[in-house]
This record gives sequence, structure tokens and C-alpha cells, in this order.
Amino acid sequence: MREAVLNKFVSPNTLPSYLDQSAAVRERFQRLKRREVILKVNNLSKVFTTAKGSTLALNKINFETHRREFLCVVGPSGCGKSTLVRIIAGLEQHTSGDVLLEGKPVTEPGSDRGMVFQGYTLFPWLTVKKNVMFGLEVNGKGHHEAEQQALQWLQLIGLEKFAESYPHQLSGGMKQRVAIVRALANQPRILLMDEPFGALDAQTRCRMQAHLLEIWRKIDITIVFITHDLDEAIFLADRILVLSAHPGEVQELIEVPVPHPRSNAQFISPEFLATKARLEELIHQGAAPDEDDDAGTYQMVARLTDVSDNVD
Amino acid sequence: MRSWFQVLRPISPRARLLLGGLSFVLPIVLWSIVSYIPAVWHPQIRVTDPGSIDYLQPGMRMDKRAFADAAAEARNEHKEPPLGVPANPIYLPAPHEVATALYTSFITPPATQDGPWLHQSLWHSIQVIFWGFVISSVLGVPIGILCGTYAGFARINEPFIEFFRYLPAPAFGALAVAILGIYDGPKITIIVIGTFFQQVLIIGNTTRKLDVALVEAALTLGTKKLKLLTRVVIPGILPDLYRDQRILLGWAWTYLIVAELIGTSTGITFFITQQARYQHFATVYAAIMIIGFIGLGTDMVLATLGKRLFPWDLTLDKSA
Repeated sequence: MREAVLNKFVSPNTLPSYLDQSAAVRERFQRLKRREVILKVNNLSKVFTTAKGSTLALNKINFETHRREFLCVVGPSGCGKSTLVRIIAGLEQHTSGDVLLEGKPVTEPGSDRGMVFQGYTLFPWLTVKKNVMFGLEVNGKGHHEAEQQALQWLQLIGLEKFAESYPHQLSGGMKQRVAIVRALANQPRILLMDEPFGALDAQTRCRMQAHLLEIWRKIDITIVFITHDLDEAIFLADRILVLSAHPGEVQELIEVPVPHPRSNAQFISPEFLATKARLEELIHQGAAPDEDDDAGTYQMVARLTDVSDNVD
Repeated sequence: MRSWFQVLRPISPRARLLLGGLSFVLPIVLWSIVSYIPAVWHPQIRVTDPGSIDYLQPGMRMDKRAFADAAAEARNEHKEPPLGVPANPIYLPAPHEVATALYTSFITPPATQDGPWLHQSLWHSIQVIFWGFVISSVLGVPIGILCGTYAGFARINEPFIEFFRYLPAPAFGALAVAILGIYDGPKITIIVIGTFFQQVLIIGNTTRKLDVALVEAALTLGTKKLKLLTRVVIPGILPDLYRDQRILLGWAWTYLIVAELIGTSTGITFFITQQARYQHFATVYAAIMIIGFIGLGTDMVLATLGKRLFPWDLTLDKSA
């Protein structure tokens, strides 16, 4: 049913295939793939064991990201995308398979992998500047050096005026900007982002996406970004890893054909729409039936208004 | 007025001040009504003139009915009847008597020559509380934090502590005297026993309430073991820990009177029991109130200090 609705708006006949890449885009992907592999995930599986029994959350996940790549991970709810990124961060243990960061297996959290969470996780007792200094200091940098670097990072995101403010004095968008540079200050090899803009309003989220691309362009960082917002994924990513649910499995690794540099105008470009159509298709296929039971739900809603007063 | 009864809504600063004042004024008004309006309660008669009744004396209090009987008897025998005014029992002094006692109790010399003045008694009590609370905290705060941080540590300590906290602290009085003698040792011990076990459990729970995402964020920034405790867990719970300590200090005060009765009676308790023995009830009330003033005063100072110490803590604005 959904596909029918979708086809009414974006007819596949008028759109190019999402697999078609312009010469520039193709050349860009070739360059990207020539760079060294930063993260390699090999046959990764995760089983959650509870009193009721065990559930397979992730099943034989395989992918790799190259240096300075921006990888987005999307999938229906319950596909284990958060679990995947938490395993890469070392916050959770996997059941089998390997996670290799520059060839070294990941076993515990470490400063070589930065992470930005969906909730605001700035330390409320530290000022903005000291939040950014935190990682540097626990990794043995001196106070003075850490302070210098923190101020530089704050300049990069234009928040140097808020250096002495406490997190509760900042807006949600500012907090996440600080959280991003707090993670980057450690100069990790990879930045993991678990729906970092999920709690922000639409306008702020848009600005934050542009901000993030700007930061990513300026420094040598590989990003793995979890989201459920397909537009966000296409706008940000070089490649998109699409997972299916129950158990979480890789459905496809899509190379986004939208050229760089990205801008808001591209949201209606044919490549963008083609990619989005493909993502919609994959995600609604891969969703578990119990979670995509809209038709049944609609029938159950009784009419609670005057029958002659139709809204459509 | 309507805004005072909206669920979970703050009230205006003016209303706060007004209601805060009323919470003290209303009980005093009630007390004054009972004390100064003869028609309210006043179950006794204070004899002003015994008349012909030889067993009465001026200033004596007796039940209204007994007094009426005595007066009727005198009239029947055509003798001079006694005179008296309605009065409350001696254990309920009027507000002004207690207010006077608040002052005079400090300048009245002790009944016995080597007995303590009121301020000496109070100082002694404050020292007992102080040491009891300090000893309890030196042990209880770290153990509580460790319990909250490490589930294994909690599991090996908390079940027993949970059991122990149900044992009434005063029950250990005799034991404490046998071990530590009759002076301040057993008193401090009772306060420690009364405070410590609650302290471990409360602080353990406070620590467990720390947002685990903050710990995870610190982990991904490369924080390891001990630094996680000193740089994340402890600063993260500090405002709540401080609040817990304020509540526990109040708790310690409630054990004071029982503690001071153990061994040789000392401090404010000794003062109160002495005054009660002489039926100086106005002074007894005054002494009890002084404990309240010290407690509330300390807490207000600590609350103000807390706002200074933890400028990032938003919950303080709401509660204080």
C-alpha cells in the first residue's frame, strides 16, 4: 500500500536509478575507497540474553569505512543500530565476530573512538570550556595545553563566548555542538554519533547538519552516524548502511549519488529523491510486520465527529 | 490564591514569603488563643485567695470541679469561699512565659554549684552531634558511594545494612556504656549507629541515580577506572550528596536526646530533665525550641552555602 502511495508522487520512470553516479561522484568514491580502512566490522553478531530467553539483535554484520568517510546507518526501529554503534564504542560486548579499528580489535571504550549521544551528556558541573578539556586532561595533557586546545575547538564552532558558561545555560543545539567538539578534542580516529540531533527541533537540526558537514570537511575524521531520518542520512552521508530488523542484518550499503558540496537545494534533486525512494522501499520491506501495521490501526479508529463534516 | 493549589507549579516570591511566615505565625496564634482566652480550654483554677479553706494555698492549681466543690462547701457552711482564676495546667505555659524563659534561662546560674550553664550544656550537645555525624560520615559517605557505584560492593554490604538499620540505636546504649564507659563515647556511638546505616543506603541510592549516560560519555572520552569515580561519579552526585547530608544531620539531632540519657545525663538533655524536675516548664519549652532554632539555622546556612558551592545545580533553586 505504501509503495502505491509513494509511486503516485515519485514515479520511478521519471527518476534516475540511485545507482547512477555522475562522473564527479564516481571519481569521488574511487578516491574514497583508495584511502585506508579505518573501521572494519567482520561477521559481527550480538545476542541479548534475558530471563525470558535470548534474542538475536545483530546477525553477521559486515562493512568497512575508509578514512574521512561519512557513513550513515539507517533502519527500522529495533534493527539494532544503536547496539551496533555502542559495540563499536566498546560500551557493549559483542557475542561473535570482530570490530577492528585500524586493524586492532575493539574490546573496551577508548579515546580513539569519540562518541556523541542523543541525550545531552555534557557534564553539568563543568563549564563549557572544562567539558572540552575533560578528555584531554584524563588522557594526560597538562592543564594549560588542554585549555589552549579547548579554546581553539570552541572557536571552530563559534562558541568561544560561552567558554565559562555552564551547560544548562546553553540551547540544545549549542550543547550538541559542544558535545561534538568535546569528542573531537581527543583527536579520535572515528566519531560515532547515535542520533545526535534526534532531540532537536527541525530548524536547529537543519543548521546542525550543515555545521557538522563543515566540521567534517575541516578536520581529518571518519564519522559513523546513526539516524532514523532518511533525509538527514542522504544529506550527510557518503554511504548509507541500511539494516533490517529482527534480527539486525545488513540489507544494502548505498553509495549516495548526490554530489558534494552538499546544500539544502539538493533535497529536491533527482539523485536525492531516487536515493530516498530506494531507502523507503528497503526500510518498509525490512520492518517487522507488527511494527508496520498501520492499516489495521486505522480501521480501529472509530469516527468521533459529524459524518457530514469531512476534512478531506 | 488560586495559584497556590496548582499541581507542581511554583508560587510567586511574595506568596512564598507570606506563606513561609504564616507557617510559623499560625501555630503561635493557636497557642496564644489557648493560653490567653479563658473560655478556651483552661481546665483548671489557679487559687488567688484560699478564703477559709485551709488546705488551699495561693498559686495552687486544681481541677475546676474540685474547686467548685470546695467553694460550694464553704458557702454552705457560711464561711468565706476561695477565689481563683481559670488556668491551664502547669505543663502548658503561655507564649510570653516561654519567650521570657528563652532569655532568662541563659542568665540563670546553674542549680548546683558545679552544674553547667545553659550555653555550656548546648555546646556539649553540639559537640556530641558534631563528632557523631563526622564519624558516621567519614565511614558512611565513601561506603555509600562505593555501594552506588559498584553493584558487587553493594550486594555484599547492603543486605546486612538493611537488616541492621531496623535495630533501634538506643538498644545499643547499655552495650556502648559497657564498652566505652559512661561519658561521651557511648553517646557519640548511639548517634553514629543511628545515622550510619541510613547514610550508606541513602547515599548508595543517590549514587545509583546518576545518569549512566554521563559515565558512558566519560568512558568514550578515555576515562579509566579510578578517574571515573573521582572525575565523574563524585562530582556528578555532589549536589545530591550535599542535600542528603543536610537531611541526615537533622536525623542525627533526633538521636541526641536518647544518646544523652545514656550513661551520665549531659548536655541539653540534662538541662531539660533538671528543669522539668523543678517544674520550670517554660524553660523546658525554651530549651526544646533552642534545639529547633539551632537545627533550622544550620540547615538554612547549609542551603545558602549549597547554592554558592553548586552553581550548576538547578534543583536547588526549586527546593530552597
